[in-house]
Amino acid sequence: MIAASFDYSAPETLADALRVLSDDPEAKILAGGQSLIPIMKLRLSIPSQVVDLGGIIDLHAIAEEEGIIRIGSMTTHEQVEHSELLSEKCPLLVAAASGIGDVQVRNRGTIGGSVAHADPAADYPAALQALDAKVKVVSSAGEKIIPIDEFIVDALTTALEPDEIITEIHVPTESTGIGTAYETIVQPASGYAIVGVAARIGLSEGNISFARVGITGVGSKAYRALAVEKALEGQPAKDDTYGIASRVAAEGVEALEDLHASSEYRAHLATVFTCRAIAAAAGRAQ
Amino acid sequence: MATTTTPTTKGFVGKRVRRTEDPRLITGTATYVDDVTRPGMLYAAVLRSPYASARISSISIEKAASLPGVSAVYTGEDVKAVGPVPCAGSMPTLRVPHHKILAQDRVYYVGHPVAAVVAIDRYVAQDAVDQIEVEYEPTECVADPEKALESDAVRVHPEYDDNVAFTFHAEGGDTDAAFAAADVVVSERVTVPRLAPSPMETRGVVAEYDEGTEELLVYSSTQIPHLLKTQLAVQLSLPENHVRVIAPEVGGGFGSKCNVWAEEALTCFAAMDLKQPIKWIENRRESINVVAHGRGHVDHLEMAASKDGTITALRFKILQDIGGHHQLLTPIIPTLAVIMIPGLYKIKNFTADLTGVFTNLPPTDLYRGAGRPEATYVLERVVDKLADKLEMDPAELRLKNFPAADEFPFETATGLSYDSGDYAKAFNIALENVGYDSFLKKQEKARSKGRLLGLGISTYGEVCAFGPSPALPAGGWESATVRVEATGKVTVMSGASPHGQGGETAYSQLAADALGVPMEDVVVIHGDTGKVHWGVGTFGSRGTAIGGTAVHLALEDIVAKGKKYAAHILNASLDSIQFNQGIFSSNEVEEKLTFQELALEAAVAQKLPPDTEPGLSATRFFEPPNFAFPFGAHICTVEVDGDTGQVEILRYIAVDDIGNVINPMLVDGQLHGGVAQGLGPAFLEEVVFSEDGQLLTGTFMDYAIPKAKDMPWIESERTVTPSPVNPLGAKGVGEAGTIGSLPAFVNAVVDALSHMGVEHIDIPMTPQKVWNLINERSQS
Repeated sequence: MIAASFDYSAPETLADALRVLSDDPEAKILAGGQSLIPIMKLRLSIPSQVVDLGGIIDLHAIAEEEGIIRIGSMTTHEQVEHSELLSEKCPLLVAAASGIGDVQVRNRGTIGGSVAHADPAADYPAALQALDAKVKVVSSAGEKIIPIDEFIVDALTTALEPDEIITEIHVPTESTGIGTAYETIVQPASGYAIVGVAARIGLSEGNISFARVGITGVGSKAYRALAVEKALEGQPAKDDTYGIASRVAAEGVEALEDLHASSEYRAHLATVFTCRAIAAAAGRAQ
Repeated sequence: MATTTTPTTKGFVGKRVRRTEDPRLITGTATYVDDVTRPGMLYAAVLRSPYASARISSISIEKAASLPGVSAVYTGEDVKAVGPVPCAGSMPTLRVPHHKILAQDRVYYVGHPVAAVVAIDRYVAQDAVDQIEVEYEPTECVADPEKALESDAVRVHPEYDDNVAFTFHAEGGDTDAAFAAADVVVSERVTVPRLAPSPMETRGVVAEYDEGTEELLVYSSTQIPHLLKTQLAVQLSLPENHVRVIAPEVGGGFGSKCNVWAEEALTCFAAMDLKQPIKWIENRRESINVVAHGRGHVDHLEMAASKDGTITALRFKILQDIGGHHQLLTPIIPTLAVIMIPGLYKIKNFTADLTGVFTNLPPTDLYRGAGRPEATYVLERVVDKLADKLEMDPAELRLKNFPAADEFPFETATGLSYDSGDYAKAFNIALENVGYDSFLKKQEKARSKGRLLGLGISTYGEVCAFGPSPALPAGGWESATVRVEATGKVTVMSGASPHGQGGETAYSQLAADALGVPMEDVVVIHGDTGKVHWGVGTFGSRGTAIGGTAVHLALEDIVAKGKKYAAHILNASLDSIQFNQGIFSSNEVEEKLTFQELALEAAVAQKLPPDTEPGLSATRFFEPPNFAFPFGAHICTVEVDGDTGQVEILRYIAVDDIGNVINPMLVDGQLHGGVAQGLGPAFLEEVVFSEDGQLLTGTFMDYAIPKAKDMPWIESERTVTPSPVNPLGAKGVGEAGTIGSLPAFVNAVVDALSHMGVEHIDIPMTPQKVWNLINERSQS
């Protein structure tokens, strides 16, 4: 629980940070430190240098532009949780943020750090999947905008190249008539989701006109439950519909197994919390 | 009921007085071991075994020793001369394997200390630990106490012919005859997993050797500085009066620091060897891994009863997982389960067979409750099963078997004498508070709608205020000195060693009331063998009943001595002297003397009576004639989510009787914390090892302790039955909540699922476990 020795730098501009990264391939980016610091203390990660992005002011903003909300990668979970803009225009992300860890974690942890770490049980990815979110990354060669589904490749693995930095997360302004919900059961020690389900449901004349369901914790990466979405669309908005559709929440997914939940239990929880999230979202979709 | 002297409540005693410790604790100005720095101080780190069982073929320290900043690397060979880590057990069958402070030729568990590094800072020390090259030959291990007892099990200690660490048998009455005559017999097997004590402050030691005075100064985060002083002197072959131990601020212990640890002697050895002060601070991973785990039981209880619900006999079998070797009290702890197995019930016959088993796991030892939670858990489970079998209300069954209030002192079949109690009174209040009858109706109704509601009862008894010296390996008394300074300020020195309980506040309340001084005039000193000359420590819920009583007795002596001085100074007869609210007076004279004036007279010693000595100071020891026996009833109501197995606590009712209370706020805090530590293992906590002895819950990311959000609102109430065994009438509160809470939760969940045929669920009752059961039952 004592980290190996490392250098520390705190660049004030993105350009400086990118320069450090290209100069030192063993360097690691420090965002909120909620994942990196613990693994460094266990000496599971021994970077040569830690590049603290905290001083780059541009990475802290939340702004809306043409139906897209751009969230700076260094925005803390607490800032997302208490953002008036997001509460009004993207409440699903607020719901996911407010369930992350505990107050201390939310005060330090950042949305960019969470996405870059790609923990299979992190809360954000479920919501980001359901929101069709995009990740903006920048390197000295230029910038890319990557859909979340392509960005998170597998457990703890992303499309981020070693010389790239996540600068923004893009989520859509929620359309009127769409209700959202995030339902989760947490691992009692870590606070991570055993299963977390984010749902966005749109209704039209009593039928489901739009459905997006993102699930975290079950597989090696958060995924969109396309089979559930398909089973919902066009169907009457009632409990039976939700129950039947939820049955396929973990279909085709190899459910994880660990000390806290067997794969069978996880897959079962996926159906339960999918149903609950859909029902709650549909209830708000007025 | 025996009569007791209850403290007067004219001032502070009995009131919710704010803790005098808190300003320094909450402003970060308190000094813990890690805050201690000494000139030229170095840092130690320990290399631990990655294997549960292995022979050490070679250790190469060259690389580590050559790192810049490294002062020394020690292996088992270097510390051979240091005495073994002590074990206080003394049962005739006890096997005590050698327990050197660093592994010799073998390691017995993952985490076993193998080598130590001393370096310029803790980072270099850790780097050097990583550079020590140890060649191990891993051998087969056994990480399950039941498997360890099988005839073909690999032996943890090859020098013994099996893994039995000791056996212990106790009995009372005629159990076989009672079972033969019984109308019904019920039984249950329960496992009580290992728990990591997890104090907020991990262990830590700073040792400094003064070559001039040849004094070893040791700061250690311990609950027992005086006992540690003696043991370190023995281990290091030092004259005991050359060793001083200071327990500075101690951030919790829960029993885990009521021990003598290898790392304590190791740090001292290195400080003496290098002639430089050395600090060792345990990291959290080490704490969860090697700090003696609590519990680790497999228990089996059989209960005989007659048709009318009279419980007649118990057969109790305990398997105690010892681990790779003993710590200070390892073999003694499960005997506390034996003596408390009758709980609050009049059971005349019992047999108990306890087997301690070596495993390739870290040692177990005391942890809050120590043996009593295990006994209460299995007893209260089996009482519920008996009620089921007899189709009798579980509350009625319990009430039927309590001794009546006029039967105290009540002699148990296990040889204890319960000091005082009114068990039915506390239990009836709890039943009333929960609305027992109406809940049962509500439960019936909910069930018909598919909702799973349950109510669990735990009526618990506890043995504490340890204790009469013949029953303890190192004395059960406590000492206190009260010294009145010339200015009238009061210094209380206690041999107890509070580490979060609020002992300073409680002792200050006693002193302020007895001497009529403001609380802020009182300073309480403890945890320093150089300042407090005698002491045993704080554990076993003894801080108030034993430590507080010693303070009380010394205060009485001060008042008596003060009255003598006052009579002489005021020129009045001794019998006429009154001492009230800090004023000495007599109806024979007009003149009065304040306590502060008298203190000055005692110091300048110009007007003292010829037959007295100067100095207003008194030292007293209190040797209790018996333990004290708190009791109570905890009732928990729950709703189980049938879809997920999650359990929600609806209400938590606690009615506890801990005797007289000095500070209700401190008591509330103790009970709340105790309930949390009892509920933790009920639904969350468990130290898990793989079959090859690897720790799977090595950090707080996997080892779940209850957090504030996991806790129910505790509806707490108390009855007061003073204890006759000490003049304060206090019993003890440190462990009561932990003992009472676990069975209430478990019984509630089992009750919620009882209509499905569920009779028992092992703890921790995780959502997965509960759901699996529901799922199985609904499919069958």
